[in-house]
Amino acid sequence: MSGNIVLRIKNVDKTFGGLHALGDINLEIEEGKTHAIIGPNGAGKSTLLNVCIGRLEPDTGTVEFEGKNMIGMKPHEINHAGMVRVFQTPEIFPDLSVLENVMVPALAKRDGVFKFNALRSMASNTDIEAEAVHVLKDLGLGEYIHHHAGSMSRGDKRRLELAMGLVQHPRLLLLDEPTAGMARHDTNRTIDLLKRIKERGMTKIIIEHDMHVVFSLADRISVLAQGRIIADGTPDEIRGNPKVQEAYLGGAEL
Amino acid sequence: MPLLKNDWVVMAIFTAATLTAPLWLSPIGAGYPDLLQKFAIFGIFAIGFNILFGLTGYLSFGHAVFLGVGSYTAVWSFKLLTMNVLPAVIFGMLMAGVFAVFIGYLSLRRSGIYFSILTLAFAQMSYNLAYSVLTPITNGETGLQLTINDPRILDAAAEGVAATGLPSTTLFGIEMSGYSGFYFCAVALIIGFFISLRIFRSPFGLKLKAIKSNQTRMKYTGFNTRPYLLTAFVISGMYAGLAGSLMAITDPLAGAERMQWTASGEVVLMTILGGTGTLVGPLLGVGIIKYFENIFSALNDNALHQAFAILPDWLENIVVAIAGEFVGEGWHLTLGVLFMLIVIFLPGGVMEGIRRISGWIRGRSRQAEQAPAAEATGGE
Repeated sequence: MSGNIVLRIKNVDKTFGGLHALGDINLEIEEGKTHAIIGPNGAGKSTLLNVCIGRLEPDTGTVEFEGKNMIGMKPHEINHAGMVRVFQTPEIFPDLSVLENVMVPALAKRDGVFKFNALRSMASNTDIEAEAVHVLKDLGLGEYIHHHAGSMSRGDKRRLELAMGLVQHPRLLLLDEPTAGMARHDTNRTIDLLKRIKERGMTKIIIEHDMHVVFSLADRISVLAQGRIIADGTPDEIRGNPKVQEAYLGGAEL
Repeated sequence: MPLLKNDWVVMAIFTAATLTAPLWLSPIGAGYPDLLQKFAIFGIFAIGFNILFGLTGYLSFGHAVFLGVGSYTAVWSFKLLTMNVLPAVIFGMLMAGVFAVFIGYLSLRRSGIYFSILTLAFAQMSYNLAYSVLTPITNGETGLQLTINDPRILDAAAEGVAATGLPSTTLFGIEMSGYSGFYFCAVALIIGFFISLRIFRSPFGLKLKAIKSNQTRMKYTGFNTRPYLLTAFVISGMYAGLAGSLMAITDPLAGAERMQWTASGEVVLMTILGGTGTLVGPLLGVGIIKYFENIFSALNDNALHQAFAILPDWLENIVVAIAGEFVGEGWHLTLGVLFMLIVIFLPGGVMEGIRRISGWIRGRSRQAEQAPAAEATGGE
């Protein structure tokens, strides 16, 4: 393998009661690449993401991010290490304005896990605001900045969440079905956007059902079925892999 | 994003309104120092409570414990050190802060209803301890009072022992009774409001609001939420400690009933009634509750008979019998009804009512502007 390995998942196992959710997962994510993880429902994709982000602890195995083991670290520590997740169901701050929703993660980047800046006016944080506005405009949310985030459409909320992730300039962005529930033209817009991010060299892991999205973006694809990686390769290799077609696509042509 | 300049305008108006309160509150019969001081003290209590409840959404049901701690500490400062109110107030705040660190650290391990219950439990525990084990410190049921034999080290050093009768509280020689007492509290209120305003407008305040909105998301956004909550809790507790010590400055007496759950409940009512999470709302809540408490609890059956004298006797008696339940000792019944009406019809409190009315007026004036314009274009 060429290039730096940003994330290295080694021998990860996870069981829930009797269910073997993840079995001996080994994955390496290369710097600057977009790595897609696909697989049928219940294959363990979200579990794998939750293990990476510190929401779940694996029974065995390690998750190394830039050479550091992330297992047992708190979610906020993992965030500051540079690994940021965009959730499948929009996790935003519904009571805040769209702009504030993006300013909060920008503040996290600047202030760290805790900072008592209670007597400093928000109005003097023009740099934070400018950055948030910039990212929002980039994602086509410029006209909504003073809207109430909770009242936005689902598609807009998803884009807002993406903005919240991007404003932190993560070294690894984990996207959980970024286009689920989006209309076709919104999906295309998101693909264009993610392509632009890729050009900037941000490493990404994408979990996605939509094959159009996967093959438009991914440099490398891993296929998960019943908690195991059954195939791993370039999009072309995956497209031609009969095992994948059988397990995941029911023999349908890609 | 509100501009800094607007906030200075808000501050100027607030300061002017507070300092001139004796003038503009006298037409409604509230322009005397006793009640004004009560407004200011409970105002501070509610502002502080709102920093916790309004910004983070954590409902403390035991905030009166800090009120009590502030009062006891202030009286001890009068007894041991000096009759000057400044050290009393400072020590009251600090001691309340210490208690808040302890109670907050333990209670904030849980959220929602469990947090509320934990704070309530701590407050009731403190209340009972003040009556029993801690009697040497709190003087039990009698309450902590000044005595002639108190050491008052600093005063004794300054003046020598020449006291006849109980000394009164002072601020560097100015006696803290009547209007001087009110103005001391008013200045504390203005400072308290200013700090609260700064917190609301700060990055710290924004983060607290974000915790209220979605705490899980906050963790994945890279924040350790616990220290934020604890800081808000301690600030809020120190406001309550300040209020408690101010209660002791005109009347240097501290009793355990100040820590009872009803006192904790009162500040919750005030904040919700006025408008949780708004800057001015809690103060409106305090004003409304303390003003009507003053009026309603002073009414008795005689006053009611006078008020309804125009009715025929039999009707007068019935009306007075019913209304009598709502005044005097029954004032809490009135408060309960008022609170229910507000929560059911105006969940955002009085502030929401004001917002609705101003929105309605703005809508009407816009219509009024558009109507002639439409006529003018229609005429051509």
